[in-house]
Amino acid sequence: MTKPLLSVQNLTIDIPVGGGTLHAVRGIDFTLDRGEVLCIVGESGSGKSLTSLALMGLLGKRISCTADQMDFDGTALLEASPRKMRSLRGARMSMIFQEPMTSLNPAYTIGDQLMEAMLLHENVPRSKARARAIDLLEKVGITAAASRLGQYPHQLSGGLRQRVMIAMALMCGPELIIADEPTTALDVTIQAQILRLLVDLVREMNMAMILITHDLGVVARVADKVAVMYAGQLVETGPARDVFSQPLHPYTRGLLHCIPQPGKTARGEPLGTIPGIVPSLVGEVEGCVFRTRCEHAVPACHAAIPRRERGDHAFRCVHEDGHAPDDTRAKEATDA
Amino acid sequence: MLDATQTAPALELSHVTKTYTVKQGLMGKRRPLTAVRDVSLRLNRGEVLGLVGESGCGKSTLAKILLGLEAPTSGEVRVDGEVLGGQDRLALARRIQPIFQDPYSSLNPRKSIADIISLPLRIHGVGDSASQEKAVRDILDVVGLPSRVMNTYPSQMSGGQRQRVAIARALIMKPEIVICDEPTSALDVSVQSQILNLLGDLREEFGLTYLFISHNLAVVEHLATRVAVMYLGRIVEEVNSTDLFANSAHPYTQALLQSVLTPDPDMGVPDTQLGMAYPNPIDPPSGCAFHPRCPHATELCKATAPRPVPHLDGHVECHLHDPESSMFQGS
Ligand SMILES: Nc1ncnc2c1ncn2[C@@H]1O[C@H](COP(=O)(O)OP(=O)(O)O)[C@@H](O)[C@H]1O
Ligand SMILES: Nc1ncnc2c1ncn2[C@@H]1O[C@H](COP(=O)(O)OP(=O)(O)O)[C@@H](O)[C@H]1O
Ligand SMILES: [Mg+2]
Ligand SMILES: [Mg+2]
Repeated sequence: MTKPLLSVQNLTIDIPVGGGTLHAVRGIDFTLDRGEVLCIVGESGSGKSLTSLALMGLLGKRISCTADQMDFDGTALLEASPRKMRSLRGARMSMIFQEPMTSLNPAYTIGDQLMEAMLLHENVPRSKARARAIDLLEKVGITAAASRLGQYPHQLSGGLRQRVMIAMALMCGPELIIADEPTTALDVTIQAQILRLLVDLVREMNMAMILITHDLGVVARVADKVAVMYAGQLVETGPARDVFSQPLHPYTRGLLHCIPQPGKTARGEPLGTIPGIVPSLVGEVEGCVFRTRCEHAVPACHAAIPRRERGDHAFRCVHEDGHAPDDTRAKEATDA
Repeated sequence: MLDATQTAPALELSHVTKTYTVKQGLMGKRRPLTAVRDVSLRLNRGEVLGLVGESGCGKSTLAKILLGLEAPTSGEVRVDGEVLGGQDRLALARRIQPIFQDPYSSLNPRKSIADIISLPLRIHGVGDSASQEKAVRDILDVVGLPSRVMNTYPSQMSGGQRQRVAIARALIMKPEIVICDEPTSALDVSVQSQILNLLGDLREEFGLTYLFISHNLAVVEHLATRVAVMYLGRIVEEVNSTDLFANSAHPYTQALLQSVLTPDPDMGVPDTQLGMAYPNPIDPPSGCAFHPRCPHATELCKATAPRPVPHLDGHVECHLHDPESSMFQGS
């Protein structure tokens, strides 16, 4: 068996804050192969962006990051020198952020910014970098590509800027792309175009992609594998088809009930809700992180929570099938 | 007894246009930007009219005109049949209240929650301080907040709680009409569903009429009784919610519908077949404003703007659906 392109085990991220330590990411595991799309889905504050920054080596000194393993194609990312990380970033792994305006430099032309990474990492003449930039702009669906090279970021619409970001992330032919909410700020029709583009490129170039989002609809449509994140933990992971057809963790099921689905949810009828709020991540959390909001919670949820596996599909819950024994389900029936 | 104020639509726009003047670049010359173009629209009592369209198409401008916060450049706004303009701002505010997207920026950070919610009562001089305090307690209960939040500040609340405060503030004057401009767009889905449920309950309890603006068609479909689709300042289609998915006609409406990503892992990302020629509102396309992105566009669409034609119980603006157009395909 070949080794996965990326394997992460027990990734833990701690941030010192006024009142103690914020345990933002608490021991997460996942692997990713070439040609695969992993979606990490969760609500704001669950630790998605920190996870992606950790992979890119961009967390900054103040934040502590440990893992039993965080290997990219045989390189232990946590032990790599800053120089090694710089050469990986932009060349073999690259990142696309939510708001392209914050990651594009307003003072430089699109062309300069596109070519920069390639001129930095590869010993190529400028003309070759320029040709590749035009090629990629066309690939991401930008018309009149050559004339765009001289434009500045503010001269483009949000959708075009995000396409430029994607082209930039592809300049050095990376093996891994991490896209953090790449379409959240875009209009829905543009979102569909950008997602299609990303998925097609991943397939065509046999790249691996981690796509971070809070939108379960996006996940269902693009993911091969899903990781549901809540309060710094992956509460459920598995092949997309399994997670959506048989969500096992109460949080995953709760999220799915919250979204209106035309044709499925009855118009005007109440949507599902998840009561309560995310617990504070400062200090130790014993037992299940979701128990304070869970309708299946029982006293045993205060103790250590087992990880349950059904083939590739795994979840963390005291209940064998993610449901409390009969009494809770009976209660649900009377509530309905 | 029926009088004109009871039979007229709660709100009605006729031929409303709003043109801003914008400066291009530092030394640039001033140019007109038409955010809302000759829009006629009615909001009937008790209905939820959903307004959808991509960012910049003019939804918020329309909302501000309805709230009396912006004056139309031309055209008329009628409230209960009376032309707006004659009415003073305060009288209007009693009847029409807004809930905006971003509860972070629309709540004054220096004021306590009680002060924020009771402000309309003080402005309108309703009751004394004791009755105002009771009104605040009551409305907090209605929106599902404990009365202990009265003495806290917006920064101490979660996004969902702040949106509940914004709703309480909108409802304390017992308005008839609430204009919701992207009220859940900044919220996580688990909080969004709570707020949507609350808005639904309040509508029943108080007999409210909503204009509900969102870019999320699934959310609009869930809440609205009728949907207006906006593109570059025009309402290009108006359709009953029950017809929206099966029978809507405009190619842009259809692209929006396709772009709704339901959590179905057996479906891929849809191909909307839309071009990427994003319109520039300062320099709008000729003919039909949607033609540069429309998969069905012809020379006719480039040259001539389509007129609104009746479709089902609403209307649509598209040559494909105009019986007098050479592109008509039959409805
Ligand atoms: N630099 C930082 N300093 C302090 N807290 C942070 C910092 N970055 C993130 N956090 C906190 O860590 C948690 C996870 O953040 P993040 O990974 O950005 O969440 P997500 O991307 O899932 O919304 C949040 O509670 C956030 O407030
Ligand atoms: N005060 C203003 N001055 C100039 N242009 C404006 C102003 N308000 C809105 N616009 C422009 O009008 C158009 C419609 O804006 P808006 O109504 O906010 O759209 P939406 O709410 O649909 O995103 C946009 O092109 C916007 O830039
Ligand atoms: Mg994030
Ligand atoms: Mg707006």
